[in-house]
Amino acid sequence: MAEVTEKISAVIRISDLFSANLPKICVGLPDWFNHSREPALEAFQRMGIPGYKTENYKYTDLTRLFENENFRRALKTDEFDVDLKDVFSCDVPEFDTHLILVVNGWYDDSNNLNKNYPDGVIIKSFQRAVVENRDLVEKYYGKLAKVGDDPLTAMNTVFAQDGLFIYIPDNVHIVKPLQLINILRSEDDLFVTQRNLIIAGNNSQAKIMFCDHTLRPQNFIINNVTEFEIGEDAVIDIYSIQNQHNKTANLTGLYIRQQRGSTLVTNAITLHGGIIRNNLSVLLDGEHAEAKICGLALSDKNQHVDNFTFIEHRKPSCRSNQLYKNILDDSSTGGFTGRIHVAPHAVKTEAYQRNNNVLLTNAAKMNTKPQLVIDNDDVKCSHGATVGRINEEALFYLQSRGINEKEARLMLMFAFAHEVLAEVKVEQLRDMIDKLVNKRLRGEVSKCHSCAMDCIR
Amino acid sequence: MLVIKDLYAKVEGKDILKGINLSINAGEVHVIMGPNGSGKSTLANVLAGNTNFEVTHGSVTFNGKDLLEMSADVRAKEGLFLGFQYPVEIPGVSMVNFLKTAVNEHRKYRDLPALSAGDFLKLMREKKAMVQIDSQLTNRSVNEGFSGGEKKKNEIFQMAMLEPSLAILDETDSGLDIDALRIVSNGVNMLKTPQNATILVTHYQRLLDYIVPDFVHVLYQGRIVKSAGKELALELEEKGYDWIKKELGE
Repeated sequence: MAEVTEKISAVIRISDLFSANLPKICVGLPDWFNHSREPALEAFQRMGIPGYKTENYKYTDLTRLFENENFRRALKTDEFDVDLKDVFSCDVPEFDTHLILVVNGWYDDSNNLNKNYPDGVIIKSFQRAVVENRDLVEKYYGKLAKVGDDPLTAMNTVFAQDGLFIYIPDNVHIVKPLQLINILRSEDDLFVTQRNLIIAGNNSQAKIMFCDHTLRPQNFIINNVTEFEIGEDAVIDIYSIQNQHNKTANLTGLYIRQQRGSTLVTNAITLHGGIIRNNLSVLLDGEHAEAKICGLALSDKNQHVDNFTFIEHRKPSCRSNQLYKNILDDSSTGGFTGRIHVAPHAVKTEAYQRNNNVLLTNAAKMNTKPQLVIDNDDVKCSHGATVGRINEEALFYLQSRGINEKEARLMLMFAFAHEVLAEVKVEQLRDMIDKLVNKRLRGEVSKCHSCAMDCIR
Repeated sequence: MLVIKDLYAKVEGKDILKGINLSINAGEVHVIMGPNGSGKSTLANVLAGNTNFEVTHGSVTFNGKDLLEMSADVRAKEGLFLGFQYPVEIPGVSMVNFLKTAVNEHRKYRDLPALSAGDFLKLMREKKAMVQIDSQLTNRSVNEGFSGGEKKKNEIFQMAMLEPSLAILDETDSGLDIDALRIVSNGVNMLKTPQNATILVTHYQRLLDYIVPDFVHVLYQGRIVKSAGKELALELEEKGYDWIKKELGE
């Protein structure tokens, strides 16, 4: 009974918080938008805080995280003295990106001055887009991220105020990668809600990179939901680099819909974090759409990284390929659930999934679970999962050539990780991530060299 | 150079080596032959420092130093090289990165500066030509997708890169076609100097058509039961191991 009481109390506390702050949350946003909050709240109350008993959260119990959570909510833009150029300058040679800064879930207009985007591209605050681009937002908001499907998405929709909005018109190719930097920065413990909407038109192309950082040692919880519409024949790469300190809970939901002939690459690199839960949902909603979905997580101490994917083949002749890897040290824990659903008429589907894990200690623990639901006979599907240790034979081979054990272990871990990194198609980005992963495996601080953010504690 | 005294070793609780005595001097080529399961590979692995093998008794000195006290990588840096019977595939570790790391670890051990990228590639080209290894192989991951013959040639190539003073080649000739065998043997012969020594572990005489040993030892049930010159190999070829067993009164 005690557990039930706690669950209810957290839900009641969060509901009360919403009621008490309603005017602050709704300010600046139109009624049609704010009307989505009540149904979301009801859905959230019905589902509660996800814990072991919630089927989709078997490997990540959030009840303890929320039990006594009493963090400040970032209900408005905090005043900052941050100058983006001072704080973040990535010195990777020739790695030139469009930098976009989001601080505590709020699009930072003062720093996002460089708006030298191709014609027709809109990149702005989500809140402003709700007001200024109603047609686009209303058409897509809450359509993929359904509040009834996931409690965290419901909670996000209850509190949603700002985040990032990107619109890429048909036939526009953004050559330079868009680099979105999410910064958490506060003098007190903070709960951040961030909501993003990205619309990529037909035959558009873009590479989007999300970098999650913490700038202060405080406790953070971030609940970040992104809806991403990909038009016909569009080519989209999404890279996410999670690099936050151990007192951060990063709860993300990325919902993607792909139309006919579109090509998607997602690659989630988790370098550091406290509790990380990544929900990824890809809806293949047009023939010949292709998705390559990758993830690499490096964890140590008591870190927890859980990737939950749901790939839905709704139309024929689509192809999805998932590759997730974890390297777990100390008493870190990890989870991977890969759900694939092939609809009855989605013939000629190809759906593959692989999850390989290396445990470096006896205390580290990994849970992995494929869930394939295939409702027709004309498909090629495969899945495989391994949990193992460093290959001792290979280790001895390297040592026998004069390479010391520590270095040899690093080489093998890096080799294991590299298969995922090789899927990063932007060469400079791949080199940068290679270096970050290498440093991370060496236990050195992994961050862009000249980036002033000291993320690792 | 290498002095093995009364060496006992076990693997997975089973005694394999039961009192090996062997001395090897610079400039010598020794062949260790023997039927399957006699302990040949165990001896090679024990000398190279494979921790799956436990030494229970005896001593090994290498250039006056206690070899058994050293970890595998230190043994390598002291000049010992093991050519593996079954070289392991290591996906994701590129040949170039692997060899560069190995060569520079050796140099560091000898207080030499690391090779520049240019000098390293030059060295690699030289040695590749010397051992006639397909130059494409070094663009790949270590042994990944290599044929049996390519793996063995790669062992000789690594040996050429690292220039050991003592090379132990464990069944390097097994599974090789005649051309590959010739290339491997040529490599061994070319790398031979008055300062280094080679131990060839084999159970075929045919390798000895290409490499002329100074000594041939027969290993049987964990002990060296017979040692002689190269003529012993021919005798073994002719009479098989039963003859030795009979001599031992079995």
